[in-house]
Amino acid sequence: MTMLKARETILTCAILLLLGLIATRFPAFVAPANLLAVFNDTSPLIILALGQMVVILTRCIDLSVAANLALTGMVCAMLNVAYPGLPVAVILIVALACGAVMGAVNGLLVWKLAIPPIVVTLGTMTIYRGIIFLLSDGAWINSHEMSPAFTGFPRMQIYGLPVLGWLAILVIAGMALIMTRTPMGRSFYATGNNPHAAVYTGIDVGRAQFLAFVISGTLAGLAGYLWISRYAVAYVDIAGGFELDVVAACVIGGVSIAGGVGTVFGTILGALFLGVIKNALPVVDISPFWQLAISGAAILVAVTFNSRSGRSRGRVILKSAEKAT
Amino acid sequence: MDERSLAATGQALLALDAITKTFPGVKALDGVHLELHAGQVTALVGENGAGKSTVVKTLTGIYQPDGGRILMDGAEVAFPTAQAAADHGVTAIHQETVLFDELSVAENIFLGHAPRGRFGLIDTKAMRSKAQALLDGIDAQIDAGARLKDLGIASRHLVAIARALSVDARVVIMDEPTAALSQKEIEELYVLVDTLKAQGKAILFISHKFDEIFRIADRWCVFRDGQFVGQGMMADIDEGKLVQLMVGRSVDQIYPKRPAVIGDEVLKVVGYCHPTEFDDIGFTLRKGEILGFYGLVGAGRSEFMQSLIGITKPAKGVARIEGFIKVIRSPADAISAGIVYVPEDRGKQGAILDMPIFQNVTLPSLGQTSRSGFTRMAEEFALARHYTERLDLRAASLDTRVGALSGGNQQKVVIAKWLATRPKVIILDEPTKGIDIGSKAAVHDFMSELAAEGLSVIMVSSEIPEILGMSDRVIVMREGRIAAQLEGSDLTPETLVRHAAGISETAKGKAA
Repeated sequence: MTMLKARETILTCAILLLLGLIATRFPAFVAPANLLAVFNDTSPLIILALGQMVVILTRCIDLSVAANLALTGMVCAMLNVAYPGLPVAVILIVALACGAVMGAVNGLLVWKLAIPPIVVTLGTMTIYRGIIFLLSDGAWINSHEMSPAFTGFPRMQIYGLPVLGWLAILVIAGMALIMTRTPMGRSFYATGNNPHAAVYTGIDVGRAQFLAFVISGTLAGLAGYLWISRYAVAYVDIAGGFELDVVAACVIGGVSIAGGVGTVFGTILGALFLGVIKNALPVVDISPFWQLAISGAAILVAVTFNSRSGRSRGRVILKSAEKAT
Repeated sequence: MDERSLAATGQALLALDAITKTFPGVKALDGVHLELHAGQVTALVGENGAGKSTVVKTLTGIYQPDGGRILMDGAEVAFPTAQAAADHGVTAIHQETVLFDELSVAENIFLGHAPRGRFGLIDTKAMRSKAQALLDGIDAQIDAGARLKDLGIASRHLVAIARALSVDARVVIMDEPTAALSQKEIEELYVLVDTLKAQGKAILFISHKFDEIFRIADRWCVFRDGQFVGQGMMADIDEGKLVQLMVGRSVDQIYPKRPAVIGDEVLKVVGYCHPTEFDDIGFTLRKGEILGFYGLVGAGRSEFMQSLIGITKPAKGVARIEGFIKVIRSPADAISAGIVYVPEDRGKQGAILDMPIFQNVTLPSLGQTSRSGFTRMAEEFALARHYTERLDLRAASLDTRVGALSGGNQQKVVIAKWLATRPKVIILDEPTKGIDIGSKAAVHDFMSELAAEGLSVIMVSSEIPEILGMSDRVIVMREGRIAAQLEGSDLTPETLVRHAAGISETAKGKAA
């Protein structure tokens, strides 16, 4: 437990250091209002990363999140075009349900057919994108076709923070509660950490993985509506490749790709780290192409750090050492 | 045997002189001595955590000692790498054999030092014939061309031994070689060890089982907590003295079985069948009883137990708990019916190593410690504290990761976890396998206590002394069926072995 906390402290320090460096060249970046804007901009990544975290905890991976986001977004947009008067609440419910169904498809294939998750979600990723094409005939839905209520919702300001940011906070709170305070959250950790032992303990490992995919899918659905309405455009390739940013946020945040290790707090930090880089580089006049290199390096540093801390898990030989730990 | 060992006494083939190995904050070895003589078996004895594994790693070049000397034939040598150790003829057969399933037996034996032909390519023909010669040399009836994955565990072991011999070994280290073997295979291993002795190899034999140490070793060497305690000839020492050296105190009563008050029937199993693993298993278990399940490895004991708790589904059969038929389709069903299973393999099937102690303990009991769907930490700590204290678990805090605990303490966490579900029947599969004598005694003591409190215990064990010492009644399984139910004066080592092996002429002859 202390190890995890240490990792999160280091990541927090890294983010603060980064902000400090940026502040020396562009002090306005660290102004509270701008930081809030960065958080708001990172919100979709945070929401998706928290879903992905649960999936990775159970020794799976969900590569279909971005495709799920895009399909859900398209469904919401088309619904809005067809029925402009539909309240946002209904759209939100549709988005959550649509995402959950896609997550459940992934989960069922992993659970009932025992297909490796990377293969399942690679397949569904393509299928979901394909369905968007079938639905839209490849056409874009642009802002002028959407209703003002539809596009306005995520930008609505409450106490200076847009609804988008508030929803991320809500998701964070919900996920923190699920992961630390419910038997289901515990079962995710147990499943990923030692599936054999989990089975003997009465946990249905396949079911836990299924639930993880449903959570990930539901959050992707939520992010789908928010994304489409925020950018006020829906098309086939929207958020293409974003699933890799999502996995990167988890890995940087200390979620072990081997499963069983990772926290909500760490994942948020991982997402914020990427968000700060993405928002700061253009401001401090560095080519956005550096962003890829920096996130790549951050992933390697994080993985190296994780494997090094894993190494200290060697056998404790002496009794005196046992008491010391 | 005595004459030969005496003749061989003299300069050690390999000796450790005041070897020290320190890990950050931990002295794993503190000036230890060890002598291995040609043509002799030296048993290295010590509790878990005595530093045996560290010695093996030092001898095979995996760890570098911080102080002291390694001597071969009296001259100082260094093993900076595993390759250097192998070049000096030191080879180890590990606790968990490291082999490759998809490769052939010959490839496994010669991986890394395959005979080369023209252009430096591997000479497969020569490799295969050499491998076959090695296998024949140790009387292993294995085809060098077979895929490793098609071999049973005992055959794999022989392949590992052949691999060890393929590097022209002078020193062979056997780290708990019999842990996964059945009685018959162990006898075969003894014969093999005798062959190696006759070839003049120095053998380091690490084992927890005293009967095999006395059966096979010529010399003994005892470590305790990373320190050297003593060494000498087996002929000059007895079991009690050796145990005393190991634990640093005398263990008077190894099996603290209390006379139990046996009550009403708790569990009745009728006609449990499985298409491939077991057939027609039926027995009763009463309150306060310890029922031993004895058999050779692969007799179907664990398979039956796993079926009983719903991991695999039996084709047929009924389980009654206190007279009521319980349909058990999953471990969760078994837990709610009051049957819990403590698996044999702690690391793999028992504890969740990255979770803290208290979360491990409460994992199957979260229903008890949660309210309206949310876990409550205070309740969890209280439950975990109650059961870990009862088991005398030594840990800095209940927040400690289980992975940081010693094997014996991990076992306690696993047992605490199951007791916390307040079961009626507890199944312990090889409860003391691979743990040190001190922890063993604690587990046995505790088992008696549980039975005395009215819990019914099923103990699956392959260790005859444990079965005899702890059980009220014993069921012997053979090839997936119940071979015998024994109690009272029928319970002798001979009857157990005879029923477990079917006919026992060979086993008897060799054991004598």
